Amino acid sequence: MEQNSKNVRVPLPGANVFWLNTNVGAMTSDDGSFKLPYDIAYKKLIISYIGFRTDTLLIETPKSIFHVLETSDDLGEVTISTRKKSTATSYLSSQNITTISSTELLKAACCNLSESFETNPSIDVNFTDAISGTKQIKMLGLTSPYILITTENIPSIRGASQAYGLSFIPGTWVESIQITKGAGSVVNGFESIAGQINAELVKPSTDNRVFVNAYGSLNGRTELNTHFNTQISDKWSTGLYLHADNRSQKFDRNNDSFLDMPLINQINVMNRWQYTNLQKGLISFLNMRYVKDEKQAGQLSFDPKTDRLSNTVWGSEINTRRFEVSGKFGYVNPDIPYQSLGLQIAYSDHEQASYFGLNVYDIRHKSMYSSLVYNSIISDTRHKIKTGLNVTYDQYNELVNSLIYDRKERSVGGFFEYNFDNLDNVNLTAGIRLDHHNLLGTFLTPRLHARYTPWEKSALRVSFSRGIRAANIFTENQKLFATSRQINVQSSGGSIYGLDPEIAWNYGVSLSQGFNMFGRKADFTLDYYTTNFENQVVVDYENPYEVNFYNLKGESYANSFQAEFSLNLMNYLNFKTAYKFYDVKTQYESGILNKPLTSQHRYFANLSYESYSEKGDGVWKFDATFNWLGKQRFSSTEISPQAYQLSKYSPSISTLNLQVTKVFSEVFEIYLGAENITNVTQKSPILSSENPFGSNFDTTFVYGPIFGSTYYTGLRYKLN
Amino acid sequence: MKTILITLTILFTGALSYSQNKNAKASIEVDGVCMMCKKRIEKASLKTKGVKYASWNVDTHELKLIFDENKTSLNLIASNVTDVGHDTQSFIASKEAYESLDPCCKYRDEAVVEDHK
Repeated sequence: MEQNSKNVRVPLPGANVFWLNTNVGAMTSDDGSFKLPYDIAYKKLIISYIGFRTDTLLIETPKSIFHVLETSDDLGEVTISTRKKSTATSYLSSQNITTISSTELLKAACCNLSESFETNPSIDVNFTDAISGTKQIKMLGLTSPYILITTENIPSIRGASQAYGLSFIPGTWVESIQITKGAGSVVNGFESIAGQINAELVKPSTDNRVFVNAYGSLNGRTELNTHFNTQISDKWSTGLYLHADNRSQKFDRNNDSFLDMPLINQINVMNRWQYTNLQKGLISFLNMRYVKDEKQAGQLSFDPKTDRLSNTVWGSEINTRRFEVSGKFGYVNPDIPYQSLGLQIAYSDHEQASYFGLNVYDIRHKSMYSSLVYNSIISDTRHKIKTGLNVTYDQYNELVNSLIYDRKERSVGGFFEYNFDNLDNVNLTAGIRLDHHNLLGTFLTPRLHARYTPWEKSALRVSFSRGIRAANIFTENQKLFATSRQINVQSSGGSIYGLDPEIAWNYGVSLSQGFNMFGRKADFTLDYYTTNFENQVVVDYENPYEVNFYNLKGESYANSFQAEFSLNLMNYLNFKTAYKFYDVKTQYESGILNKPLTSQHRYFANLSYESYSEKGDGVWKFDATFNWLGKQRFSSTEISPQAYQLSKYSPSISTLNLQVTKVFSEVFEIYLGAENITNVTQKSPILSSENPFGSNFDTTFVYGPIFGSTYYTGLRYKLN
Repeated sequence: MKTILITLTILFTGALSYSQNKNAKASIEVDGVCMMCKKRIEKASLKTKGVKYASWNVDTHELKLIFDENKTSLNLIASNVTDVGHDTQSFIASKEAYESLDPCCKYRDEAVVEDHK
């Protein structure tokens, strides 16, 4: 109804009437009346009409309502209420950064960082081999050694922890993850080539006071995570985080006499101290962590006590101990907020003792990392600068069967990064660093990222960067030990295992655009990245009896194209889909070939729904993720006997994961999930499993799931 | 220690009293309602030569500034902010400047202000 100038009430047809935060609504009819279904969950009724003030009525019980709208002088602003997306790519930053929030992380309920990316199309997750259960991630078609993986901006998954390190960061410890495509900032060093993944851990001052997560899966895996956080004083807080996971049940569903998944036992303890003094502008963290991880893989009948290095029963044990301590000190000038100083120091000692059948591999890696960063401005805050120093030290001691490899790496470097933001449509970050490294030499690392917004809700990004690294050929390619292949390192007299450093350039363009489709929010992103290797340590599996390492002679590149589209289908129902194309080729001795076990095409879809409740209790969450991988090339088996020859390509493969979460209250929730519900498996993932000491034994031809479908359940308990 | 510092500061301030503060801090009240206003206010401030830092708080309407007194003055900054349509404690924006604001930024309109609460 409307009150006209003569104070006579006239019916108002065509006004919008709807329940707040729902899709339940109606339009008033010619006589200004309307009918709406009622539910106790609905509290606020919104009545709106162009030219009138929008009114909100509080409705306690179903009843008939009579309401008069007041005229408004001007057109009201459209109020846009949105839910924050669980995965979001910034439209503002110059770098192509996707942030995965803790909400998104919960969609992959299990269990550690390596599994946190299963609902993210930018990162591929696959098994490295058929015995260790290790999941490896890839980005832009390149494996994790080419990605700088940091925890709270301290490089963490590198060197000896490259192979299994992701499984040493429990999922519940992770607060959010930032994925940067393209090499990222110079501040974090020279090593990143394809991108950077940073995991922010939960912080004592903001994490739940008590958090308990228990998980159990029909594949025999159980997990327990507990967090305890205490505020000691107004400045100090501390947290103790415990993680334990275990699988002691043996499975051999495919009857190849080998365990489908290793037996595991991990204890992981972290203690964090946080100091915050806002008056003085000080913030610091002190972290200590110890992890002990034991894996046993191989044949069902293998008993490590009696069969270690036996030549009748094939078995493997991978035992790791890692201790790390790190400190972060930050100072922000309280008078001049754009000036700050940060210091990070980290030390880790990583020790792995392992054997794979008759192959022995031990590594000890002690590492020290330090970084000092000063932030300030030139003239005003549109021109920001970062400058600072890094000093690192790494000591490696390796035993590969009977050969000892020891090396020390020392580097010192300085960096300068300039950021320009015109506060509107241009944001540019240009950085350069100069490093001196005892084995890599003295070199410059330039990096550039720029963002331009040509029109509303869009971002066009370009980047180019250089990266350089020393390849840790054994630890990064540990799967080779679970084969009968002969290891050949074709030394060229270089400084790292006789090989040269890996150097690559990465270039990328990306376009993101947000828009409305059928009145709903949608966005798409198109990415194209190319990585060109100036030098690479080529890992050549093309002879089935050998694995060869040599310096690249010729070209090696990785081109990747990704198209991603996401749509909010209705309130709390979101759909995300992506297609990826990879062209990753390397000059091997036998010719230029596609990288083995990298599918050229990948399709991804995710559907998630969350029911709404004002208080957040009684909420249901549903999540479904579909993955399709095209055929993948097997490295050549042409010279093997007929029985051990594989086809040129693997079949394509698709998997479906489902998860349901019921939130009972802010304190308690339960989840239930199914992995690989359609039970897709690779029939015989181990070549020559009947004769593991024969010359054709190989566990590396893995293109799909080994175990088949499995179901899990878990609970989360939070107390604040 | 503290007394020494204070003494030194006084001495220095005395000695440098002719030269002006390169990192002068000030805060003024600027009217506005939303994040778009924030962007506009801060941009207008930073585009004033000599302004190093500008941060406007949407709730308190306080604009915190750091600027070089040799190059600019608070009045100049305030008048630049007024020029893009926002009233400050010292100046009132012209009708034309105010009219050029986006509809959601019309802070003089009670209804718009109410909507942002």
